[in-house]
Amino acid sequence: MEKQTGTLAVKRGLAEMLKGGVIMDVVTAEQAKIAEGAGACAVMALERVPADIRADGGVARMSDPGMIVDIIAAVSIPVMAKCRIGHFVEAQVLQALGVDYVDESEVLTPADEEHHVDKHAFAVPFVCGCRNLGEALRRIGEGAAMIRTKGEAGTGDVVEAVRHARAVLGEIGRLQQMPTEELMSFAKEIGAPHELVQETRELGRLPVVNFAAGGLATPADAALMMQLGVDGVFVGSGIFKSGDPASRAKAIVAATTHYNDAEIVARVSKGLGEPMVGRQVQDIPTTELLAGRGW
Amino acid sequence: MQIGVLALQGAFREHGVILRRIGVAHREVRLPGHLRGLDGLIIPGGESTTIGKLAREYSLLRPMRALAHEGKAVWGTCAGAILLAKQAGSRQPLLGLMDIAVQRNAFGRQLDSFETPLEVGALTALGEASGANGSGPRPFHGVFIRAPLISSVGSGVEVLARLPTGEVVAARQDGMLATVFHPELTDDDRFHRLFLDMIALQRGAVTAGSYD
Repeated sequence: MEKQTGTLAVKRGLAEMLKGGVIMDVVTAEQAKIAEGAGACAVMALERVPADIRADGGVARMSDPGMIVDIIAAVSIPVMAKCRIGHFVEAQVLQALGVDYVDESEVLTPADEEHHVDKHAFAVPFVCGCRNLGEALRRIGEGAAMIRTKGEAGTGDVVEAVRHARAVLGEIGRLQQMPTEELMSFAKEIGAPHELVQETRELGRLPVVNFAAGGLATPADAALMMQLGVDGVFVGSGIFKSGDPASRAKAIVAATTHYNDAEIVARVSKGLGEPMVGRQVQDIPTTELLAGRGW
Repeated sequence: MQIGVLALQGAFREHGVILRRIGVAHREVRLPGHLRGLDGLIIPGGESTTIGKLAREYSLLRPMRALAHEGKAVWGTCAGAILLAKQAGSRQPLLGLMDIAVQRNAFGRQLDSFETPLEVGALTALGEASGANGSGPRPFHGVFIRAPLISSVGSGVEVLARLPTGEVVAARQDGMLATVFHPELTDDDRFHRLFLDMIALQRGAVTAGSYD
């Protein structure tokens, strides 16, 4: 039998290999090398970190392919890149560049206000954000091979990441207690495919790997998300917007591995310099919130 | 019997699920103290640079080598196989326990990740039913994710599986087992049972004093 590429098993399988790790936002090849040196399990190549996208305003699009190619050449770990929600041509371009994962991301300005990309049509795997179980299962139904619970990117405020991780994990818990005859109504209520609802109930977790993202800025933030029950973490602006990115990156990697060991989290948290300047999510006008993007 | 699964990063949970299913106790290993009293160790798939750096940072490299030198069996899948190798062609922490060289990301990037059936003669000894025509064991489903390959093997190393194109993808040397694909991502527990047999053999060898 021939080799088969682009299958669901290899798409979901790469996410399995990233578990327990930290995926870091980088904007240059130099930053990508720092991230790799600190123990990142993958990097997200983008032109501006979310904190800058937020500050600059305007339309945020897929990054310059030249920059993505430079980052791919600079490191041996997997490289992810973002396309706009529903922008399947940006996704095609990223696949053509050879990125290892495409993030269909609410951090960029959505290109379609009704539909996400048909991710089954691609050989490259996709990660998508969610705020609740219904959103997660709709994305998986469209072909996402990995999920991240959405935080409010670029704020350094972990509160939304916690809210959405608790929402997803809490709904899974409720689903497991539910009598089987209630599953169809539940699927209808949350707007998710019935068979994925059933599969999630049987597994007791999402059918794909689930990371936390958005607003994480410290080793303790990473360990908090891991203790809540996610499989790994994305750290965006939190690293390269801080005073000492290399040390902070390394500390967040250690805290993600040793998330249940408070002594280690305490030790690695010492002397990291200034964290990124935070911005409380509750002070941000609702029209500027990113997590609400996605349908 | 207790098996350790290195749990610094990667697909350690999946190994635990299979071990539980075949009735073997296991422990997640994150610090040197967790290695005490183990009969064998599995190093899972993940990012080999991440796992290697954390292993060095938390002083695990030397005690893991010591475990192997005491005659305990060690199995590395994908990133784990890279850690077992003497050479990986890049500057990263390695255990260097097996006389093999590996080439990282040898098949390309994620778009080149693939699945393919593998003929693995060593699995016949597990008493599996032969294929329908009686010609040997059913193939093992190989899941290769940004996989390395074993680019050269020393004289004491037994090759367990090759791709149809000849590349070595599984090998064994004394108590060391390296697979560049992911048995833990399938429902097939034959490699896990092969590893248990290797542990039993190693124990016998140590008891009989024939292990050097």
